[in-house]
Amino acid sequence: MPAVAGGLAATHGVVSHRHPWDASAAAAAERTDRGAAGTHPASGGHGGGINGPSFRKGRSVDHRANGFNPTDILRDFDWGKTRRLASGRVLREWEIVAFDKEIEVAPGVKFPAWTFGGRVPGPTLRCREGEALRVRFVNASGHPHTMHFHGFHRPAMDGIPEEGAGVIAPGKHTTYEFDADPFGLHLYHCHVGPLAEHIARGLYGAFIVDPKKGRPEADEMVMVMNGFNTNFDAEGNQVYAVNTVAFHHVNEPIEVSRSELVRIYLVNTLEFDPINSFHIHGHFFDYYPTGTSLGPTELTDTVIQGQGQRGVCELRFRFPGQVMFHAHKSEFAELGWMGFFGVR
Amino acid sequence: MDSSTTASARSPRLANVPVWLLALVPLALIAAALAAFVVLGAPGLDERRGPPIEELAVEQTVLRPGVIELTVRNAGPDPVEVAQVFVNDAYVDFENDTDPVGRLGTQKLTLNYPWNEGQPYLITMLTSTGATIEHEIELAVETPEAGAGFFALMAALGTYVGVVPVLLGMLFLPLLRQVREHWLRMFLAFTIGLLAFLALDGSLEGLELVEGGSGALGGPTLVFVGAAGGYLALVAVESYLKARREKASVAGASELQLALLVAVGIGLHNLGEGLAIGSAYAVGSLALGTFLVVGFALHNTTEGLAIVAPISRRSPSLPTLAGLGLIAGAPAILGAFLGASAYNPEVAGLLLGVGVGAIVQVVQQLVPSIRDRAGRALYPASVGGILAGVAVLYATGLLIPN
Repeated sequence: MPAVAGGLAATHGVVSHRHPWDASAAAAAERTDRGAAGTHPASGGHGGGINGPSFRKGRSVDHRANGFNPTDILRDFDWGKTRRLASGRVLREWEIVAFDKEIEVAPGVKFPAWTFGGRVPGPTLRCREGEALRVRFVNASGHPHTMHFHGFHRPAMDGIPEEGAGVIAPGKHTTYEFDADPFGLHLYHCHVGPLAEHIARGLYGAFIVDPKKGRPEADEMVMVMNGFNTNFDAEGNQVYAVNTVAFHHVNEPIEVSRSELVRIYLVNTLEFDPINSFHIHGHFFDYYPTGTSLGPTELTDTVIQGQGQRGVCELRFRFPGQVMFHAHKSEFAELGWMGFFGVR
Repeated sequence: MDSSTTASARSPRLANVPVWLLALVPLALIAAALAAFVVLGAPGLDERRGPPIEELAVEQTVLRPGVIELTVRNAGPDPVEVAQVFVNDAYVDFENDTDPVGRLGTQKLTLNYPWNEGQPYLITMLTSTGATIEHEIELAVETPEAGAGFFALMAALGTYVGVVPVLLGMLFLPLLRQVREHWLRMFLAFTIGLLAFLALDGSLEGLELVEGGSGALGGPTLVFVGAAGGYLALVAVESYLKARREKASVAGASELQLALLVAVGIGLHNLGEGLAIGSAYAVGSLALGTFLVVGFALHNTTEGLAIVAPISRRSPSLPTLAGLGLIAGAPAILGAFLGASAYNPEVAGLLLGVGVGAIVQVVQQLVPSIRDRAGRALYPASVGGILAGVAVLYATGLLIPN
């Protein structure tokens, strides 16, 4: 196991797993190999496979080579740089560089990604309602790209071909300017054709506009549901995940505290499959579709999202231990989209 | 140069050089040139443009409770690393014995998967580059263990479809003894028809079997190579026996020798047939039962007739006859066992090809024996016999359930 994950294992110290379905007392007893997918003992005794899907044992993703760890992406919010304009408004600025990068999406499986800022999903851009936003976009990729934001803006700032700056050729740059409006959970992605390919290659990220008065204090995290069509046949994906690395939170459960409010910013960017879904075991959450309202529409344990749909989930974990979460589409779950919360 | 104008067999300048050195020097120079080319990294030539070409062919599938075992062969030009595997869209844990698998190399993948009998499974091997290689198991059936019971079953199967029918077919010998000369020629023509059909059938079956292989070892070429090898081997054996016979001036041994050659050719064919039966049994796609045995019995009974036709004017001993029958029929037992335990489609195709070549050679040997007094091989009666032979094998072949 690379040092990145090993370090997390040491600091967080959660129980180990052999399989997603293995959250039993027996598995919990094997605390020593936590986080080290590379040292999982072979599953002995049973016929195999009944404990749920599993990557090949003894292998793990090299997060250091990837340049990012999905565990860090969860709570990594990019607030950019701010300054106050003469009018008294806050101007918030980011610089996003797109470049091509090979990333490991499952142990031993490399994917030639196109990235915003070297990671998939791209940085989670966060701001407050009413601010003036300025995104300087530099295209260092070998392919033409744009940044297309969801939110109110003029067509010239839409980040699509033949509008405003249009397609940004390799080596070129542009600046998108718009207001943080409306508050809610949005996203951004490249809008160059073929659209499916530019998105499926990894050019997307979450865009959060906080309401003026903010939301209640919580342990916040971003989950971008995505997938990788590694053989490029444009027919579904071979790998499914939240924040790119399949089964990552099976090996590194997400640390949360019992009774503390947890807020999950859930975005679906999955290409090629019509819908995605999200399900938490043993608990229910308040759901705020698109995050544009401060009142939840539903108390549920499962939501379905089409591509580009997103919503805010809020819950308090009642019981300590391993709490599973996964797409309630078994195929996606068994192809990598599942994980655990480690509730303390 | 005066040496080039020398007409003698050996150039005088090299007369004192040992012949083995003349062979060794060019071989050494060729090896050195190729080694230099490899060491220098093929000067003047670029690497192939484009991504690696990854090809894996599954040569053997073994199903045990909770485990699927695949033996794959790298049929492409580049090494392949199987990074992950999913079965019916669920990732599974697996182990492999070599990694990555090099060109023409094989690898055994052992998957932990709770498969159910009678269900189809699609296994997807995800390589390190993200390419997918799929293998379909049409119907999952537990692979038989190579125990005593399995040996007994394969022996019984081979005996039923190979040995018994051939021996039964040889019971026509008394009839053949009594028929007149022109009727006998017709029976021999009938035999030629049978063998011609077997040659065609064996070729097609061989080509069909190699389709299921990796192609890494030669694919369809193997069937033709096998046929050429089988033909030439029998020609060599035949000419050797002929020379020996002339030396010993043993009269009248040629009919027995012809019968032996027919038995060998048919035996090779039955080896291939046994392989096909055994492998079909192993993957559960063989309907074992009355129809299979009855179909094969009728089909292969005619092979017995083909063996005894050349020796109908002689009185071979019972052990000789039994020996001929076993040479023709017993390979089905060996084939069934090999096919069910260590099956490789390309090896099976090669063996069927050998059978085809042998049969062609035997047909060539049989042709003189159907000549009429005018010396013609093809006349209405012989053509009728040949066609009847083809028709009988075709019709009895329909009885075998596929």
